[in-house]
Amino acid sequence: MTRIDDNPAGGRSAVTVRGLVKHYGETKALDGVDLDVREGTVMGVLGPNGAGKTTLVRILSTLITPDAGEAVVAGYDVVRQPRQLRRVIGLTGQYASVDEKLPGWENLYLIGRLLDLSRKDARARADELLERFSLTEAARRPAGTYSGGMRRRLDLAASMIGRPAVLYLDEPTTGLDPRTRNEVWTEVKAMVGSGVTVLLTTQYMEEAEQLASELTVVDRGKVIAKGGIEELKARVGGRSLRVRPVDPLQLRPLADMLDELGITGLATTTVDNETGTLLVPILSDEQLTAVVGAVTARGITISSITTELPSLDEVFLSLTGHRASAPQDTTPADSLKEVAA
Amino acid sequence: MSAHPSPTATLDEALRAAPSDTLTTPAAHLKGDTPISVRAHLRHTGALIRRNLLWIRQDPESMFDAILFPVIFTLLFVYVFGGSIGKSLGGGQDAYVQYVVPGLMAMMGMNMAQGVGTGFNQDFNSGVMDRFRSLPIGRGSVLFAKIAVELMRMLFATAVLMLVAVLVGYDVHRWDGLLASVGLSVVFGSALMWVFLTLGVTMKNAQSVQAMGFLVLMPLQFGSSIFAPTASMPGWLRNFTDYNPLSALADTARGLMEGGPVAHDLWVTLIWSVGLTAVMAPVAIHKFRTKS
Repeated sequence: MTRIDDNPAGGRSAVTVRGLVKHYGETKALDGVDLDVREGTVMGVLGPNGAGKTTLVRILSTLITPDAGEAVVAGYDVVRQPRQLRRVIGLTGQYASVDEKLPGWENLYLIGRLLDLSRKDARARADELLERFSLTEAARRPAGTYSGGMRRRLDLAASMIGRPAVLYLDEPTTGLDPRTRNEVWTEVKAMVGSGVTVLLTTQYMEEAEQLASELTVVDRGKVIAKGGIEELKARVGGRSLRVRPVDPLQLRPLADMLDELGITGLATTTVDNETGTLLVPILSDEQLTAVVGAVTARGITISSITTELPSLDEVFLSLTGHRASAPQDTTPADSLKEVAA
Repeated sequence: MSAHPSPTATLDEALRAAPSDTLTTPAAHLKGDTPISVRAHLRHTGALIRRNLLWIRQDPESMFDAILFPVIFTLLFVYVFGGSIGKSLGGGQDAYVQYVVPGLMAMMGMNMAQGVGTGFNQDFNSGVMDRFRSLPIGRGSVLFAKIAVELMRMLFATAVLMLVAVLVGYDVHRWDGLLASVGLSVVFGSALMWVFLTLGVTMKNAQSVQAMGFLVLMPLQFGSSIFAPTASMPGWLRNFTDYNPLSALADTARGLMEGGPVAHDLWVTLIWSVGLTAVMAPVAIHKFRTKS
């Protein structure tokens, strides 16, 4: 018998989505999405705001029903077997979905009881997960007094109580400052190490690269690209080198020289006069070394050189030919407001 | 994984076993959905009641309305209107105290019910509700827990009311009648809570729920026999007050606490309570289940 969740790449899929459609009036939140996530892997779903990422997660966690299409998670159909499905999933929402009025410990104990753990087991599990996510000290404080990072950690802990087979991370670091973002990434990596299958939605290429092994790029409710991270990165032009010569007058000659040498990636070098830097697309470490060598050979002094990942915008530009619609650039101050709201 | 997981130790193992089990057994793919047992429902509701009680411990100010409301209403009506309405009752302020206290008690359920909608709306729009809805619990549990805690608050408010009532001179004539009216008030109050829970789930924000509650409740409360006898009201208004379930509720409480006929009003109140619950509880649970 052929099952919908037989993975084309072999083995069984933890998440299988076929032709998923969800419309809100005129808006096509999902417009025929296919997705396969192999057991024990991390699938990144990359896309701008309004691409349909959250709608996808909400359908896969049985919060809403699709208009058409099929989805099977850990062997359970999202429409026909929602209760069984809910036993094997964990959900971490875009905005930390913990009860702010309850202390951290009580949040976890409550979820444990709702997952049918005995009082004793629910207590033990709450203690264990608070310890695991370094929240023991804050266990008795209301979650509303936690910092953004602590809240996300509590949220992650809450989604792990039922030892889920599949974990949804819906934009786990949107609105966090870089330091806290790294903190959350470290936690997520540790969770992945324990064998859980993860579906991660994100607006950040960097986050996808850090956490996911495979990537599905969505735009306006449709899948526009899928594949391994390296493969997609190569398709969108890999990394960029940002080079800042000490003398801004060297910008133009340096750019021309690099393009003539032909050691850069698919795109040509761009001059950014505002910041006094060159953006050099590269595909490999060899190219990086070659660029540095060429600059040195020419005797140009540079004050800084950094590698940059393509931004979501650049990924979209090269995959779709249009810019990502309204990408959010959230500052830490904004994120506080979001969490408070 | 067993279809009816036993509540305690084995379940943890079941959860652990779930991935491999469900991923490799084709039978799991064909099985229908498993129902949630009554015991599980009770356990979930209990856990959520604990949550709502912890809210009160965390934020004791949320009990202010349950304290201030009965105090203010009792003092306001007894001292502002008591003298003049008392006269028409053939007595004075004392006569009015005996008249209005059963009415105020009947009203307590209604005022608490209004707050349920507002509070639940805020709760519903928070991220934690998504988490609850993604858990394998009967979704009615969230609503049952809310109602249970609000009924506790209502009983507390009723106790405050009786304390103030006695202080302003209320004479408890019949303790059994008093208890019976409290019971009736709980029944009617919980029926109304389903109405307001439905509003809380369907309306966009807490302000609209509050405004809506106010619009519905004001005419119902004041166009009833709660605060004043209806005898002196114009005919068209009396038609309204006579069919107003709050009049029936207040008159039943009055009959039970002060003596007098109750049978007819009691039936009217009970029919309204059962009718509202039978219609609105499924609606509220359905709306809660299907809201996106």
